[in-house]
Amino acid sequence: MASRDDIKFLSNPKIGQKRKKYCRFRRFGIKYIDYKDGDFLTQFVNEQGKILPRRITGNSLKFQRKISTAVKRARHLALLPYVTDLLK
Amino acid sequence: MRNYEVTIIVDPVLSGDEIKATAQTYIDHLEGEGCTIVHTDNMGLRTLAYPINKRNSGVYYCVEFEAPSGEFIDKMELALRRDERIMRFLTVSLDKFGVKYNDDKRKGLIGKKKKQEEPKERADDRKPAPKKAEPAKKPAEAKAEPAKKPAETKVEPAEKPAEAKVAPAEKPAEAKVAPAEKPAEAIVAPAVVAAAPVKEEEE
Repeated sequence: MASRDDIKFLSNPKIGQKRKKYCRFRRFGIKYIDYKDGDFLTQFVNEQGKILPRRITGNSLKFQRKISTAVKRARHLALLPYVTDLLK
Repeated sequence: MRNYEVTIIVDPVLSGDEIKATAQTYIDHLEGEGCTIVHTDNMGLRTLAYPINKRNSGVYYCVEFEAPSGEFIDKMELALRRDERIMRFLTVSLDKFGVKYNDDKRKGLIGKKKKQEEPKERADDRKPAPKKAEPAKKPAEAKAEPAKKPAETKVEPAEKPAEAKVAPAEKPAEAKVAPAEKPAEAIVAPAVVAAAPVKEEEE
């Protein structure tokens, strides 16, 4: 039978020892997210130009909302693409 | 009094003077409405992330202004919409942080960059930081994996000497060198292998 030792390998053991995610905006006191700064916003977007979830970026909800509006504004102004491949 | 910011993309096909004139008309228009122009930023010719009206580049202007009331903005946007020289525009009302950010940005770019980009740089550092953290992990993993690998490599050397034994007496010396290299490679390899999944996690 599966003992406790076996069970721990059902999940990837590399994930287990993750460092804690944090909201960089909280930590560094960034209050405003500039929608004109496309390079900065690419950090919150995947290769296809989709906004990354909070689960991955670790942003707090407040700043995730700001990020998403900023990304959408940047897209409207053609600073970021709506759809693409190999953005990074 | 509220603060607004309007970013417009002007058609790059126009001559330089026409582009300036286009931007200037709207700035004058704003002033005519009793707004105080805080700053006009000519962001210059940029390539667009996707083509607009079959153009691949555009001239960006960003005008920050303080308006007594927001009523005229509809009129201004209508004018912008009707103007064929304007490819895109975006009007945004700024909160106090936005005003401060723009102010800092203007105050000597370096001063601002220190103030605003320092956190950003740190934020950028954050990206490398995990990488720093990864190496910290890697050795741990590397140690974990080598623990396995040596087991494998031990099997191999076990085979090697066996071959070596089959081979003439000269070989064992080489065979010893070879296994010594093998574990080293084995340690490097898991580190690389380990890095890949971790990066995926990072994404």
